[in-house]
Amino acid sequence: MSMTPTQTPAAFHTDAPRLELSASPHVHSADSTMRIMWTVVASLMPIVGAAVVFFGISALLVISAAVAGALITERLSGPRSTLRDGSALITGLLLGLILPAGMPLWMPFVGGVVAIGFGKIIFGGLGQNVFNPALVGRAFLQAAFPAAITTWPVAGAGLFDLRGDNFALPLMSGNAPDVVTAATPLGLMKFEQTGTDLMPLLMGNTGGSLGETSALLILLCGGYLAWKRYLDWRIPVSIFATVAALAGILRLIDPARYPDPLFMLFSGGLVLGAVYMATDMVTSPVTRLGAWIFGAGIGALVVLIRTWGGLPEGVMYAILLMNAMVPFINRFTRPRVFGTVPRGRRA
Amino acid sequence: MSGFRHGVHPPERKELTAAVPVRRMPFPREIVLPLRQHAGKPAVPLVERGDRVERGDKVAAADGYMSVPMHASAAGVVTGIDWCPHPDGSMVEAVHIAVERHSAQLPRPRMVPEWESLEGDEVARAVQEAGVVGLGGAAFPAHVKMAPPKDTKVETLILNGAECEPYLTTDHRVMVEYPERVHFGARIMMRALGVERAVIGVEANKPDAVAALRATIPTDLDITVESLTVKYPQGAEKMLIHAVTGREVPSGKLPVHVGAVVQNVGTIAAIAEVFETGLPLIERIVTVTGRGVNRPSNLIVPVGTRLRDVLDFCGGINERAAEIVFGGPMMGMVQADLDTPLTKGTTGIVVLTHEETAQRETLPCIRCGRCVDACPVFLMPQQLGALAQLGRYDEMQEWNLADCMLCGSCSYVCPSGIPLSQMFALSKSALRRKPKVA
Repeated sequence: MSMTPTQTPAAFHTDAPRLELSASPHVHSADSTMRIMWTVVASLMPIVGAAVVFFGISALLVISAAVAGALITERLSGPRSTLRDGSALITGLLLGLILPAGMPLWMPFVGGVVAIGFGKIIFGGLGQNVFNPALVGRAFLQAAFPAAITTWPVAGAGLFDLRGDNFALPLMSGNAPDVVTAATPLGLMKFEQTGTDLMPLLMGNTGGSLGETSALLILLCGGYLAWKRYLDWRIPVSIFATVAALAGILRLIDPARYPDPLFMLFSGGLVLGAVYMATDMVTSPVTRLGAWIFGAGIGALVVLIRTWGGLPEGVMYAILLMNAMVPFINRFTRPRVFGTVPRGRRA
Repeated sequence: MSGFRHGVHPPERKELTAAVPVRRMPFPREIVLPLRQHAGKPAVPLVERGDRVERGDKVAAADGYMSVPMHASAAGVVTGIDWCPHPDGSMVEAVHIAVERHSAQLPRPRMVPEWESLEGDEVARAVQEAGVVGLGGAAFPAHVKMAPPKDTKVETLILNGAECEPYLTTDHRVMVEYPERVHFGARIMMRALGVERAVIGVEANKPDAVAALRATIPTDLDITVESLTVKYPQGAEKMLIHAVTGREVPSGKLPVHVGAVVQNVGTIAAIAEVFETGLPLIERIVTVTGRGVNRPSNLIVPVGTRLRDVLDFCGGINERAAEIVFGGPMMGMVQADLDTPLTKGTTGIVVLTHEETAQRETLPCIRCGRCVDACPVFLMPQQLGALAQLGRYDEMQEWNLADCMLCGSCSYVCPSGIPLSQMFALSKSALRRKPKVA
């Protein structure tokens, strides 16, 4: 009896199990960065939906253009796999949501390119950037196209009515003579000393950026993320508390000149910025105390810029400035290591 | 309820064995006794190939103070001093004993030490002579903690019944089934240390253990049983002392500097057994568990039994089995060889499944701060991790790398799957290898 060459010798057969070998800990929590990112994306969908309800098809076009700019830039700058982590999509969505509805589409596209390219890639990609990429994109657009970015179509009108020159050719700004625009509540307050009722501010039926208008919806979606522990609730809470406190003090000093704290809280980009931008894990502090300080700094800067600055709105700059402070905040709020004497009290 | 700040809460998974009474495992065909199965210097063999030994006979002597002797856990014939796989992944010399198949395995009659007539240091010597080491996992020689430095004063004996590692129920069963033995061990220890007060710390997820211990406290001793918060690493010595006494062991110092001595409840029961029977430490309770093993059990296993034999006794492993760990899943050591013997420090055998060990891809750190929130000693793991990646080990020392106890909490919570504690273990060993520069 001869063995054919293809037969496996019995000696190669083994009952030994195939075991994995890894270093401890051998188990991990179920939460992953991927899941966090995609949950944030999902939580933004209702806000995108509200933007479409208020500003029609233009909202979808502007957001899509910003997303396209962000995703294409992310893809061109590195391996395809970085698209899967969802972070570039978040940046594109957030950028789109803080732009007005009537912009020529090539502008949000360029904004998305700048957000990812200059806000993230040049720092080294995911996790390395200092500034919130979406806000970097918006800051660029604000500097480059100040007129287009402050043209605020009113909410309402039909779903398929364009709210401006969305289809202006690239490098053209268009001049949308027929679009109905209006000042934002903050603009009204700043330049015409006219207030807006609280209810429209909460529901979102006011002029403004696509995703900023419905404070209530943003708080709901953000609350879900906070409950999932995907955002640090301390940051928005300390922003709101600081803004309310400072606005309250101003109001007490001169009720005729300064708006009441609720108006201050729910107008403009404060709620969206506090809930979705300031809480960006990459660009906010890692310590709990740091989160409180970071939020308080943003709140103070918002009131400062809104009240005495030349612009009606200040959330974007407040967050970007505090982003720059984060390494210092982390360092100063370094916890006292167990069993050690606090720094400065050492003998 | 006492506890500490931070920490993590992995799924406990203790239900597999928490209510399973301890059974004695039959003797295997062969016993393999590594000469190094405790912290400190390995034992020195006293036997040669061909020697016949009774159960409980000394087969290796302690090599100095930071060492303990080793005893045969079964009667048989020494087949040699040979290499064997060690649970830590290395190879180590071991005394191999072919177990007598038909022996009754009765130990030689021996003198029971009369602990009440002994001085503290004599009690400690008897404990060393019996080969007792910490049974909580680290296998630190137990007698060393019974002789605190002269300039220190011990106020509280703390018995560690936290057992915070998921899956393990070894200490749990000791407390439920042998509470009197725990108290007897405490009595011996309290007298040897000259302390009035003992506290047994038990995580609140073991109410039956708390009840059993409370019901059996001797009336003449000041022993309290304290329920501790259920989180990991509640059983870490420094966390436990903080929970029980409110005091922080200073960085780089010993528990005794805050007046505390900590022994694991299993260790204390083993010490009690030495003074009850005169038998040295030759067996221990091991939890064999995990959803990859067919019959999860709590077993009394002779030290030196091979992993293969224990798994066979528990019905073998199933197709879900992915990884076999000695100790708990948080700090345990992965096993590559089924011929590895169980040592005095083996608290459990956990057979993890594929869904538990599934490797996640590693993404960049997104500075979510979860590791900072998890670290029980308040380090900044994300900062340490960034420095480790750059190989800046010296700078890591400024960020208190030395205080990291490698509990794995940071790695456990990291959503990006960054192996933080593994990196810190490597950094520590890199620093140890580096010559000290003045």
